[in-house]
Amino acid sequence: MFTIFGVPSAALFGQLLLGLINGSFYAILSLGLAVIFGLLNIINFAHGAQYMMGAFVAWMLLNYAGIGYWPALLLAPLLVGAFGVVLERVMISRLYKFDHLYGLLLTFGLALIIQGLFRNQYGVSGLPYGIPAELRGGQALGFMFLPNYRAWVVVASLVVCLVTWFVIEKTKLGAYLRAATENPTLVQAFGVNVPLMITLTYGFGVALAGFAGVLAAPIYSVNPNMGADLIIVVFAVVVIGGMGSILGSILTGFALGLVEGLTKVFYPEASATVIFVIMVLVLLVKPAGLFGRAT
Amino acid sequence: MAETATLSRPAAATLPAIDPGALLAVQNLEAWYGESHVLHGVSFDVRAGEVVTLLGRNGAGKTTTLKSIIGIMGKRTGSVRFGGEETIKMSSRSVARLGVGYVPEERGIFSSLSVKENLTLPPIIKPGGLTVDQIHELFPNLKERAGSQGTKLSGGEQQMLAIGRILRTGAKLLLLDEPTEGLAPVIVQQIGRTIERLKGQGFTIVLVEQNFRFAQTVADRHYVVEQGRVVDMIPNAELDANIDKLHTYLGV
Ligand SMILES: Nc1ncnc2c1ncn2[C@@H]1O[C@H](COP(=O)(O)OP(=O)(O)OP(=O)(O)O)[C@@H](O)[C@H]1O
Ligand SMILES: [Mg+2]
Repeated sequence: MFTIFGVPSAALFGQLLLGLINGSFYAILSLGLAVIFGLLNIINFAHGAQYMMGAFVAWMLLNYAGIGYWPALLLAPLLVGAFGVVLERVMISRLYKFDHLYGLLLTFGLALIIQGLFRNQYGVSGLPYGIPAELRGGQALGFMFLPNYRAWVVVASLVVCLVTWFVIEKTKLGAYLRAATENPTLVQAFGVNVPLMITLTYGFGVALAGFAGVLAAPIYSVNPNMGADLIIVVFAVVVIGGMGSILGSILTGFALGLVEGLTKVFYPEASATVIFVIMVLVLLVKPAGLFGRAT
Repeated sequence: MAETATLSRPAAATLPAIDPGALLAVQNLEAWYGESHVLHGVSFDVRAGEVVTLLGRNGAGKTTTLKSIIGIMGKRTGSVRFGGEETIKMSSRSVARLGVGYVPEERGIFSSLSVKENLTLPPIIKPGGLTVDQIHELFPNLKERAGSQGTKLSGGEQQMLAIGRILRTGAKLLLLDEPTEGLAPVIVQQIGRTIERLKGQGFTIVLVEQNFRFAQTVADRHYVVEQGRVVDMIPNAELDANIDKLHTYLGV
């Protein structure tokens, strides 16, 4: 055991790890928001509710169908994503011709309804979801104890974020997405099915939220309010990173998680507000966000 | 309104009837931007293999006519037949899939895509398009700068990219909106040679132009657009004989 700036190393690294875990969720969630905002120009306020649904679907799969964590990691995002596809087709797509504010109001209303339904059904005390057997226990690293599941969350989140970034920035499919984000009318006039792209993009962004929810289930209790608490911070992350920037949302997500962790060590009183303070500062200095392009 | 209609009638009366069997036959096309009624009955036809221009002053409705043909004008009525098929109610996606390639006036190069990605973005809809190598041969600059950001190209190179990318798709009808606007004379010449070559390869082209001297070097026929209507048609061979009339139309 040693100390850094008077702080025991285990406490410091423990908080940094916690920060990294939070950062993993910030990154996946703000990435989903960025992808959706880029193409649909809608701030998806239902994102927190969809993250919560991911955790609940994993819990239901286990408790009603006996389907465990690993299949759920794939199935739950698919189901939540399919729910997103239906939402987009039935409701959100009707609002594109109006001001963006309507999309925001609609998704905000949907979030309240979804959360309300889950509260009625499952209460607010939270349901337990066990860590999968393969990832129980942890590694004694000498300077700290690293629980396996938490390490897995960081790795899984990084991989999902990087693969998403790669697909968007480096592949043909991503080129369609980037082009349609810039000028959907012209891409459609080239014969591309842009409405279908929009639907699938929303579904993918929602599936990312669902995936984050499954990752979260064994760490936090599965609770109807889990998304509402988290999403406020994620919106601040998105504002700091720059609305719609893919790489920006990933980097900012992880970085702010770490900043939050460090604040817990050195000035715990500010840990709940530090992200919002940074948001205010960024808005004052660079209103488009750190990675955003001014429009 | 009644007066303008009477005024334009003598000119309109000289127009030949629209050939419904032409590759592109536009009849009584009207279009609106919101409440604003911009096209008041545009009629013209283009036969397979022809290069036809739309000439007219600023704001006459040339761009709106092309947008209506490709299908990106919100409200439009009348008839646009392409290859015998009525397209007036189709989405732009369906019109493009029939084999129409569109080069917008603002060129529409995507800044988040590289030159190569811009070039290969429009999907191939029919066989018979040019290969990337053939397009590079037509526009060597595009090959040299394949990795650059699309909007980092010069204006002329962006125009070449905007034309080049619809040659791959197998589209038979090309709608080019002022491809020479704001470009240096050498580039204008290069674009002129390209249009000739494309015509030689069997492409059918509708070219919007303000510069009728340039139009004269490439086109078979010229349609004059005025206040949202086609008011005259001049075969290229008769352009010089009609030069005074044209000056009046274009206000030059
Ligand atoms: N987005 C728009 N909203 C409203 N009115 C428009 C819009 N675009 C064009 N107009 C109007 O429609 C009319 C026809 O415009 P259009 O762009 O078709 O002309 P044009 O012949 O292409 O002119 P130019 O030679 O300047 O490109 C003009 O009066 C113009 O002001
Ligand atoms: Mg124009």
